[in-house]
Amino acid sequence: MFVRLSAAIAAAALLSSSALAQGAKPTDPQIAHIAYTAGVIDVAAAKQALKKSKNKDVKAFATDMVRDHEAVNKQALALVKKLKVTPEDNDTSRSLSKNAAAKLAELSKLKGAAFDKAYVDNEVAYHKAVDSALETLLIPSASNAELKSLLQTGLKIFQGHEQHAEHVAAELK
Amino acid sequence: MKPSGYLPAVAAVILALGISVSAHAATIQITIQNLVFAPAEVTAKVGDTIEWVNKDVFAHTATARNGDWDVTLPPNKTVTQVLKKAGAIDYYCRFHPNMKAKLTISP
Repeated sequence: MFVRLSAAIAAAALLSSSALAQGAKPTDPQIAHIAYTAGVIDVAAAKQALKKSKNKDVKAFATDMVRDHEAVNKQALALVKKLKVTPEDNDTSRSLSKNAAAKLAELSKLKGAAFDKAYVDNEVAYHKAVDSALETLLIPSASNAELKSLLQTGLKIFQGHEQHAEHVAAELK
Repeated sequence: MKPSGYLPAVAAVILALGISVSAHAATIQITIQNLVFAPAEVTAKVGDTIEWVNKDVFAHTATARNGDWDVTLPPNKTVTQVLKKAGAIDYYCRFHPNMKAKLTISP
Protein backbone atom coordinates (compact mmCIF):
# COMPACT_ATOMS: atom_id res chain seq x y z
CA MET A 1 0.00 0.00 0.00
CA PHE A 2 2.78 2.40 0.92
CA VAL A 3 4.66 1.59 -2.25
CA ARG A 4 1.57 2.13 -4.37
CA LEU A 5 0.68 5.40 -2.67
CA SER A 6 4.18 6.80 -2.80
CA ALA A 7 4.48 5.82 -6.45
CA ALA A 8 1.21 7.57 -7.23
CA ILE A 9 2.25 10.69 -5.38
CA ALA A 10 5.66 10.72 -7.03
CA ALA A 11 4.12 10.28 -10.46
CA ALA A 12 1.54 13.00 -9.88
CA ALA A 13 4.15 15.35 -8.43
CA LEU A 14 6.59 14.92 -11.27
CA LEU A 15 3.99 16.00 -13.79
CA SER A 16 2.36 18.80 -11.81
CA SER A 17 5.40 20.41 -10.21
CA SER A 18 7.03 21.08 -13.54
CA ALA A 19 7.22 24.57 -14.99
CA LEU A 20 4.91 23.58 -17.80
CA ALA A 21 2.00 22.71 -15.58
CA GLN A 22 2.22 26.06 -13.84
CA GLY A 23 0.60 27.92 -16.68
CA ALA A 24 3.06 27.90 -19.54
CA LYS A 25 1.63 26.04 -22.50
CA PRO A 26 4.11 23.55 -23.97
CA THR A 27 5.00 23.97 -27.65
CA ASP A 28 4.62 21.14 -30.18
CA PRO A 29 8.39 20.35 -30.15
CA GLN A 30 8.21 20.12 -26.33
CA ILE A 31 5.04 18.01 -26.39
CA ALA A 32 6.65 15.62 -28.87
CA HIS A 33 9.66 15.33 -26.56
CA ILE A 34 7.52 14.68 -23.46
CA ALA A 35 5.38 12.04 -25.18
CA TYR A 36 8.42 10.29 -26.64
CA THR A 37 10.22 10.37 -23.26
CA ALA A 38 7.16 8.92 -21.52
CA GLY A 39 7.27 5.98 -23.93
CA VAL A 40 11.01 5.42 -23.58
CA ILE A 41 10.64 5.35 -19.78
CA ASP A 42 7.98 2.67 -19.91
CA VAL A 43 10.04 0.55 -22.31
CA ALA A 44 13.04 0.76 -19.94
CA ALA A 45 10.86 -0.24 -16.98
CA ALA A 46 9.47 -3.18 -18.97
CA LYS A 47 12.94 -4.35 -19.98
CA GLN A 48 13.98 -4.34 -16.32
CA ALA A 49 10.88 -6.41 -15.50
CA LEU A 50 11.65 -8.88 -18.30
CA LYS A 51 15.10 -9.41 -16.77
CA LYS A 52 14.02 -9.62 -13.14
CA SER A 53 10.55 -11.14 -13.04
CA LYS A 54 9.72 -14.84 -13.11
CA ASN A 55 5.96 -14.26 -13.08
CA LYS A 56 4.21 -15.24 -16.35
CA ASP A 57 1.58 -12.46 -16.19
CA VAL A 58 4.12 -9.79 -15.31
CA LYS A 59 6.43 -10.85 -18.14
CA ALA A 60 3.54 -10.94 -20.63
CA PHE A 61 2.48 -7.45 -19.52
CA ALA A 62 6.05 -6.14 -19.85
CA THR A 63 6.32 -7.66 -23.35
CA ASP A 64 3.11 -5.81 -24.32
CA MET A 65 4.55 -2.54 -22.98
CA VAL A 66 7.75 -2.86 -25.02
CA ARG A 67 5.83 -3.71 -28.19
CA ASP A 68 3.18 -0.96 -27.89
CA HIS A 69 5.42 1.87 -26.73
CA GLU A 70 8.03 1.10 -29.37
CA ALA A 71 5.24 1.13 -31.98
CA VAL A 72 3.90 4.49 -30.72
CA ASN A 73 7.37 6.01 -30.62
CA LYS A 74 8.14 4.77 -34.12
CA GLN A 75 5.04 6.63 -35.31
CA ALA A 76 6.04 9.68 -33.29
CA LEU A 77 9.50 9.74 -34.89
CA ALA A 78 8.00 9.37 -38.37
CA LEU A 79 5.62 12.24 -37.63
CA VAL A 80 8.22 14.69 -36.31
CA LYS A 81 10.38 13.89 -39.33
CA LYS A 82 7.46 14.54 -41.68
CA LEU A 83 6.57 17.79 -39.90
CA LYS A 84 10.24 18.78 -39.74
CA VAL A 85 9.91 19.32 -36.00
CA THR A 86 12.90 18.78 -33.73
CA PRO A 87 11.71 17.49 -30.34
CA GLU A 88 12.85 19.92 -27.68
CA ASP A 89 14.06 18.90 -24.23
CA ASN A 90 12.26 20.68 -21.39
CA ASP A 91 11.69 20.61 -17.62
CA THR A 92 8.82 18.10 -17.80
CA SER A 93 10.88 15.65 -19.88
CA ARG A 94 13.85 16.10 -17.55
CA SER A 95 11.83 15.50 -14.39
CA LEU A 96 10.16 12.48 -15.98
CA SER A 97 13.55 10.98 -16.82
CA LYS A 98 15.05 11.82 -13.44
CA ASN A 99 12.17 10.21 -11.53
CA ALA A 100 12.19 7.20 -13.81
CA ALA A 101 15.91 6.65 -13.19
CA ALA A 102 15.28 6.80 -9.43
CA LYS A 103 12.43 4.29 -9.78
CA LEU A 104 14.60 1.89 -11.82
CA ALA A 105 17.29 2.07 -9.11
CA GLU A 106 14.71 1.50 -6.36
CA LEU A 107 13.18 -1.50 -8.16
CA SER A 108 16.61 -2.98 -8.95
CA LYS A 109 16.99 -3.72 -5.22
CA LEU A 110 13.81 -5.79 -5.06
CA LYS A 111 13.35 -9.45 -5.94
CA GLY A 112 10.61 -11.96 -6.70
CA ALA A 113 7.07 -11.13 -5.61
CA ALA A 114 8.16 -7.83 -4.03
CA PHE A 115 9.62 -6.69 -7.35
CA ASP A 116 6.54 -7.84 -9.29
CA LYS A 117 4.20 -5.94 -7.02
CA ALA A 118 6.29 -2.76 -7.00
CA TYR A 119 6.68 -2.84 -10.81
CA VAL A 120 2.99 -3.40 -11.53
CA ASP A 121 1.82 -0.86 -8.92
CA ASN A 122 4.17 1.70 -10.41
CA GLU A 123 2.87 0.90 -13.89
CA VAL A 124 -0.69 1.64 -12.72
CA ALA A 125 0.40 4.93 -11.12
CA TYR A 126 2.65 5.93 -13.99
CA HIS A 127 0.02 5.31 -16.67
CA LYS A 128 -2.55 7.21 -14.59
CA ALA A 129 -0.21 10.19 -14.32
CA VAL A 130 0.60 10.15 -18.05
CA ASP A 131 -3.11 9.80 -18.96
CA SER A 132 -3.88 12.82 -16.86
CA ALA A 133 -1.04 14.85 -18.41
CA LEU A 134 -2.18 13.86 -21.91
CA GLU A 135 -5.81 14.76 -21.21
CA THR A 136 -5.37 18.00 -19.33
CA LEU A 137 -2.17 19.43 -20.78
CA LEU A 138 -0.57 17.80 -23.81
CA ILE A 139 -3.59 17.13 -26.06
CA PRO A 140 -5.25 20.54 -25.41
CA SER A 141 -1.91 22.32 -25.99
CA ALA A 142 -0.95 20.57 -29.25
CA SER A 143 -1.41 22.85 -32.27
CA ASN A 144 -0.66 20.44 -35.10
CA ALA A 145 -3.68 18.25 -35.94
CA GLU A 146 -1.59 15.15 -36.71
CA LEU A 147 0.34 15.47 -33.46
CA LYS A 148 -2.95 15.91 -31.57
CA SER A 149 -4.37 12.81 -33.26
CA LEU A 150 -1.28 10.73 -32.40
CA LEU A 151 -1.51 11.89 -28.79
CA GLN A 152 -5.17 10.87 -28.72
CA THR A 153 -4.23 7.39 -29.94
CA GLY A 154 -1.47 7.42 -27.32
CA LEU A 155 -4.02 8.26 -24.64
CA LYS A 156 -6.18 5.27 -25.60
CA ILE A 157 -3.10 3.01 -25.55
CA PHE A 158 -2.06 4.34 -22.12
CA GLN A 159 -5.60 3.97 -20.75
CA GLY A 160 -5.65 0.40 -22.04
CA HIS A 161 -2.32 -0.29 -20.34
CA GLU A 162 -3.58 1.21 -17.10
CA GLN A 163 -6.55 -1.19 -17.08
CA HIS A 164 -4.30 -4.08 -18.07
CA ALA A 165 -1.87 -3.18 -15.25
CA GLU A 166 -4.75 -2.99 -12.76
CA HIS A 167 -5.84 -6.45 -13.88
CA VAL A 168 -2.32 -7.85 -13.40
CA ALA A 169 -2.09 -6.11 -9.99
CA ALA A 170 -5.35 -7.78 -8.92
CA GLU A 171 -4.01 -11.19 -10.02
CA LEU A 172 -0.85 -10.73 -7.92
CA LYS A 173 -2.82 -10.37 -4.70
CA MET B 1 -24.71 -50.71 -57.08
CA LYS B 2 -25.50 -49.22 -60.46
CA PRO B 3 -23.91 -45.83 -61.17
CA SER B 4 -27.30 -44.40 -61.90
CA GLY B 5 -28.40 -45.50 -58.43
CA TYR B 6 -26.02 -43.35 -56.41
CA LEU B 7 -25.27 -40.46 -58.70
CA PRO B 8 -28.49 -38.68 -57.87
CA ALA B 9 -27.72 -39.22 -54.21
CA VAL B 10 -24.29 -37.60 -54.62
CA ALA B 11 -25.87 -34.79 -56.58
CA ALA B 12 -28.39 -34.31 -53.81
CA VAL B 13 -25.63 -34.10 -51.21
CA ILE B 14 -23.68 -31.58 -53.29
CA LEU B 15 -26.83 -29.61 -53.87
CA ALA B 16 -27.66 -29.66 -50.18
CA LEU B 17 -24.15 -28.48 -49.28
CA GLY B 18 -24.31 -25.83 -51.96
CA ILE B 19 -27.60 -24.54 -50.66
CA SER B 20 -26.45 -24.55 -47.07
CA VAL B 21 -23.30 -22.61 -48.00
CA SER B 22 -24.98 -20.03 -50.16
CA ALA B 23 -27.97 -19.54 -47.90
CA HIS B 24 -26.17 -19.22 -44.58
CA ALA B 25 -22.44 -18.59 -44.56
CA ALA B 26 -21.60 -14.94 -44.79
CA THR B 27 -18.31 -13.11 -44.34
CA ILE B 28 -18.50 -10.18 -41.97
CA GLN B 29 -15.76 -7.62 -41.50
CA ILE B 30 -14.92 -6.10 -38.15
CA THR B 31 -12.27 -3.40 -38.39
CA ILE B 32 -9.92 -2.29 -35.65
CA GLN B 33 -8.61 1.25 -36.03
CA ASN B 34 -7.27 3.59 -33.38
CA LEU B 35 -8.17 1.08 -30.68
CA VAL B 36 -11.85 0.81 -31.67
CA PHE B 37 -13.75 -2.27 -32.90
CA ALA B 38 -16.17 -1.23 -35.67
CA PRO B 39 -19.01 -1.90 -35.91
CA ALA B 40 -19.28 -2.14 -32.14
CA GLU B 41 -22.26 -4.50 -32.36
CA VAL B 42 -22.48 -7.26 -34.94
CA THR B 43 -24.97 -10.07 -35.44
CA ALA B 44 -23.92 -13.26 -37.21
CA LYS B 45 -24.78 -16.94 -37.48
CA VAL B 46 -22.91 -20.13 -36.68
CA GLY B 47 -20.88 -20.96 -39.82
CA ASP B 48 -20.29 -17.33 -40.75
CA THR B 49 -16.74 -16.05 -41.07
CA ILE B 50 -15.53 -12.98 -39.25
CA GLU B 51 -12.75 -11.09 -40.99
CA TRP B 52 -10.87 -9.18 -38.31
CA VAL B 53 -9.09 -6.32 -40.11
CA ASN B 54 -6.50 -4.76 -37.82
CA LYS B 55 -5.51 -1.38 -39.26
CA ASP B 56 -3.50 -0.38 -36.21
CA VAL B 57 0.27 -0.63 -35.82
CA PHE B 58 -0.50 -2.33 -32.50
CA ALA B 59 -1.23 -5.98 -31.85
CA HIS B 60 -4.71 -6.59 -30.45
CA THR B 61 -6.86 -9.55 -29.47
CA ALA B 62 -10.55 -10.29 -29.81
CA THR B 63 -11.21 -12.23 -26.63
CA ALA B 64 -14.64 -13.56 -25.65
CA ARG B 65 -15.46 -12.82 -22.00
CA ASN B 66 -17.07 -16.25 -21.66
CA GLY B 67 -13.89 -17.99 -22.91
CA ASP B 68 -15.40 -19.27 -26.20
CA TRP B 69 -12.58 -17.80 -28.32
CA ASP B 70 -9.43 -15.71 -28.19
CA VAL B 71 -8.18 -14.43 -31.53
CA THR B 72 -4.77 -12.73 -31.79
CA LEU B 73 -4.72 -9.84 -34.27
CA PRO B 74 -1.20 -8.85 -35.38
CA PRO B 75 -0.59 -5.25 -36.52
CA ASN B 76 -1.79 -4.39 -40.04
CA LYS B 77 -3.07 -7.93 -40.64
CA THR B 78 -6.41 -9.56 -41.39
CA VAL B 79 -7.35 -12.71 -39.50
CA THR B 80 -10.38 -14.87 -40.30
CA GLN B 81 -12.40 -16.85 -37.82
CA VAL B 82 -15.28 -19.24 -38.52
CA LEU B 83 -17.98 -18.98 -35.85
CA LYS B 84 -18.70 -22.38 -34.34
CA LYS B 85 -20.88 -21.71 -31.35
CA ALA B 86 -23.95 -19.57 -30.75
CA GLY B 87 -24.11 -16.95 -28.02
CA ALA B 88 -24.33 -13.26 -27.21
CA ILE B 89 -20.62 -12.60 -26.75
CA ASP B 90 -19.10 -9.58 -25.10
CA TYR B 91 -15.51 -9.44 -26.24
CA TYR B 92 -12.51 -7.22 -25.53
CA CYS B 93 -8.80 -6.81 -26.26
CA ARG B 94 -6.59 -8.44 -23.60
CA PHE B 95 -3.79 -5.95 -24.30
CA HIS B 96 -6.09 -2.90 -24.12
CA PRO B 97 -9.10 -3.87 -22.01
CA ASN B 98 -10.69 -0.48 -22.73
CA MET B 99 -11.49 -1.88 -26.21
CA LYS B 100 -14.89 -3.60 -25.94
CA ALA B 101 -17.58 -4.73 -28.40
CA LYS B 102 -20.34 -7.29 -28.87
CA LEU B 103 -20.90 -10.16 -31.29
CA THR B 104 -24.27 -11.90 -31.24
CA ILE B 105 -24.13 -15.34 -32.88
CA SER B 106 -27.41 -17.08 -33.62
CA PRO B 107 -27.54 -20.88 -34.17
